Amino acid sequence: MNTKRRDFLKSAGGIAVAFSWSVPTVLAQQAARPALPGSLNTNRMLDGWIRVNPAGTITVFTGKCELGQGILTALTQIAAEELDVAYERVEIVSADTARTPNEGMTAGSLSVENSGTALRFACAEARQILFELAAAKLGVAVANLSVSDGTVTGSGKVTYWELAREANLEREASAQAKPKPPAQHRIVGRSIPRRDIPAKMTGGAAFVQDLRLPGMVHGRVVRPPRYGAGLDSFDEAKVKAMPGVIAVVSDGSFLGVVAQREEQAINARLVLIASAKWSGGSELPDPAKMYEQLMSLRSEDRVIGERDAPVPAGATVIEATYHRPYQAHAAIAPSCALAELKDGKLAVWTHSQGVFPLRATLARALGLEPRDIRCIHAEGAGCYGHNGADDVAFDAAMLARAVDGRPVRLQWMRDDEFKWEPYGPAMTMKVKGAVAGGRVVDWAFDVWSQSHNMRPGDPDGINLLGSWYLADAKRPGPARHAAQPNGAGDRNALTLYDFPRQRTTHHLLMDNPVRTSALRSLGAYANVFAIESFMDELAAAAGIDPVAFRLAHIKDERERAVIEAVARAAAWKPGEKGDGRRGRGIGYARYKTVATYNAVIAEVEVDRATGIVKVPRIWTSADAGQIINPDGLTNQIEGGVIQSASWTLREHVRFDRNGILSQDWMTYPILTMPDVPTVETVLIDRPNERALGAGEAAQGPTAAAIANAFAAATGRRIRELPLTPERVKAALAS
Amino acid sequence: MVISLKVNGATRSVDAEPDTPLLYVLRNDLELNGAKYGCGMTQCGTCTVLVNGAATRSCVTPVGSIEGNEVTTLEGLGTLDKPHPLQKAFIDEQAAQCGYCASGMIMAAADLLNRNPQPQEADVRAALADNLCRCGTHNRIIRAVLRAAKGAA
Repeated sequence: MNTKRRDFLKSAGGIAVAFSWSVPTVLAQQAARPALPGSLNTNRMLDGWIRVNPAGTITVFTGKCELGQGILTALTQIAAEELDVAYERVEIVSADTARTPNEGMTAGSLSVENSGTALRFACAEARQILFELAAAKLGVAVANLSVSDGTVTGSGKVTYWELAREANLEREASAQAKPKPPAQHRIVGRSIPRRDIPAKMTGGAAFVQDLRLPGMVHGRVVRPPRYGAGLDSFDEAKVKAMPGVIAVVSDGSFLGVVAQREEQAINARLVLIASAKWSGGSELPDPAKMYEQLMSLRSEDRVIGERDAPVPAGATVIEATYHRPYQAHAAIAPSCALAELKDGKLAVWTHSQGVFPLRATLARALGLEPRDIRCIHAEGAGCYGHNGADDVAFDAAMLARAVDGRPVRLQWMRDDEFKWEPYGPAMTMKVKGAVAGGRVVDWAFDVWSQSHNMRPGDPDGINLLGSWYLADAKRPGPARHAAQPNGAGDRNALTLYDFPRQRTTHHLLMDNPVRTSALRSLGAYANVFAIESFMDELAAAAGIDPVAFRLAHIKDERERAVIEAVARAAAWKPGEKGDGRRGRGIGYARYKTVATYNAVIAEVEVDRATGIVKVPRIWTSADAGQIINPDGLTNQIEGGVIQSASWTLREHVRFDRNGILSQDWMTYPILTMPDVPTVETVLIDRPNERALGAGEAAQGPTAAAIANAFAAATGRRIRELPLTPERVKAALAS
Repeated sequence: MVISLKVNGATRSVDAEPDTPLLYVLRNDLELNGAKYGCGMTQCGTCTVLVNGAATRSCVTPVGSIEGNEVTTLEGLGTLDKPHPLQKAFIDEQAAQCGYCASGMIMAAADLLNRNPQPQEADVRAALADNLCRCGTHNRIIRAVLRAAKGAA
């Protein structure tokens, strides 16, 4: 491997931007080489993952990034564990196109599985290399060495740091060094406190918003009043005469401004908005008939699962249709980026979930070579999927181009984020099923959805909002199916229940009347809501308790254990009934059918007069295989539960034919402190099983548990999310 | 124009228009990271600071209106080495996922504890009702505030 070092010294307000070395990535298809575990397979050089520093520290590199999910803490634990060094010695470098492995997106709850596995094997191999050097130095067989915090002991002692210069990690990984057996783990499996939290609680520079580069100026952008509208005119002279304004940037219908001070940029944006005249643009669906209109769009249909068996005569057949609206990521911070264009080289500090795909797409959008762009991850607020992070990076680059050499920081305003982020798609699920003798004997599941993946990195399109409005307008990529078990709109559409006969069909809508992309769990949220609601409807038709009914259709021990655990924690009583106001319900899924097992029981309180549904308590159980950090896992599961409760009770994007109406927290309300449920979480640790992705597991089960609890409480079922007071009152009146 | 401010116990002079929201002066002129931009219209609470001890949304507070008043940001409560009981409790409870709302939560909680040193859980929920958290870390935040109150008792 050619590791090319170049100096890139820069101080950025406390977040180290240190030097860089570029790590060429080895493409998987290049090689008829042995498969390596996790992301080692596509980033095969050991020194791309780990360096041992003579000063007594370890540096590890990951292509994954911190999104508030605690991943850098978990990955550091894995590295420290395999190397047998103190956790505090390990520095981790994350998601930088000039320094780290290319691991694509930090998405899909895959970071522990992909990056964690790679680091585990790379660090085990590095440890072996260090042990072999130590053995030679000490004249002792490797088998007779032991190590504590990097000090290797045989007949004498030698440290990793003394061996650092001899240890050649500039070689391809073999993955032949066996990682430690879980029984020997001392760091993995412990609730090590998150490394990023102290700075965040004391005002340290923790976020991309906190970066301050020398000579930095401030940008803002102006968006059209509706999707696709064209810019006819604006008062450039007036804005240019405003205090502090450095540049007004317009290219086709892309419009932005750069000013000396942030408030000056904000004021200039308001004047631009007031003077800009727009025309054209696309009509949105009629919100009153949205689901019918969406289902009539052209679609690419795919049967993703089929099993045949005869349906016994006399079976009870029922069917139901469920809906989920467009829902927003609604990050607490509007998206932000810094960009600097100097001597033809573009540097972008971004909270994108994928710095490499972003770099590739920025290059195509801006007409630059990828080698002339460096994308460096810096944290933003939690994103929960594809929000405005990538788009604002493009916008910042456009503005940086207009003020050559000066770094531009651009944070979107609140309405920019709400009106222009790609939402989680509206979806419709139709289910038909039959029960006989207490068993499901037929199951047909159809899901209609727009694309859940319109991220940068698409080979056939440029998925960056601003680029679609340039004079030389770029186009987004097409909607695409994604293979199971990940799926997209069809994520978790395949039921795991043991049904003798089933057919599952994904109707991928090829048009995009409303901008959509990946929102935490993609289609799993709606599919699990529908599957698990319908399981309760079938259980009711069969006259069987919902927990017992599920268990009757599950053979797998781990699946059964997670349902039994939540039932125990909640003291579920078989056959328990609601009282018209209060009730409880269950939801269950194994995320993506291959990742974390999660079950949820929710308790609801329905105010029959106002139609307001409250969820005072939730119990949840999770089996994520081997647990790296129990407190981190609990935090992720609980966060998912509460966020999903918010989606399910409150959230839908408001719009009319002319444009998006959700533009702030009043027009897109979320669950707040007084209404947040308490959550009791039970973790099932399986130290000898593979660690499974968990960050998105709770979204679907929580929605189903709340909907089922509402049905248990009131005897009425709501099949369209969210559970608004209007829907509740209509359901109670029916 | 030059405006003189008392921030975190020190007198600071900044050159800004008096209608500039305090938030941008704190973040850009004084390079304090605590207060954050979230919505710019008092809806989310990420920009919360204390002005004379009372929780105040810095995103709509003109800097010219607070000359002579005491402004306290997250940085003024405590430091990494000497954290305020609330900061310590938030760290001990690991009361963050992304942590972007944390500064506003801590400042609003500091205001609460000034008024009510021994709050019940319902008091904490009510006091933080207008501080949004999107990651779903609410229960940890509530626990952290109660822990800080208990520790100070």
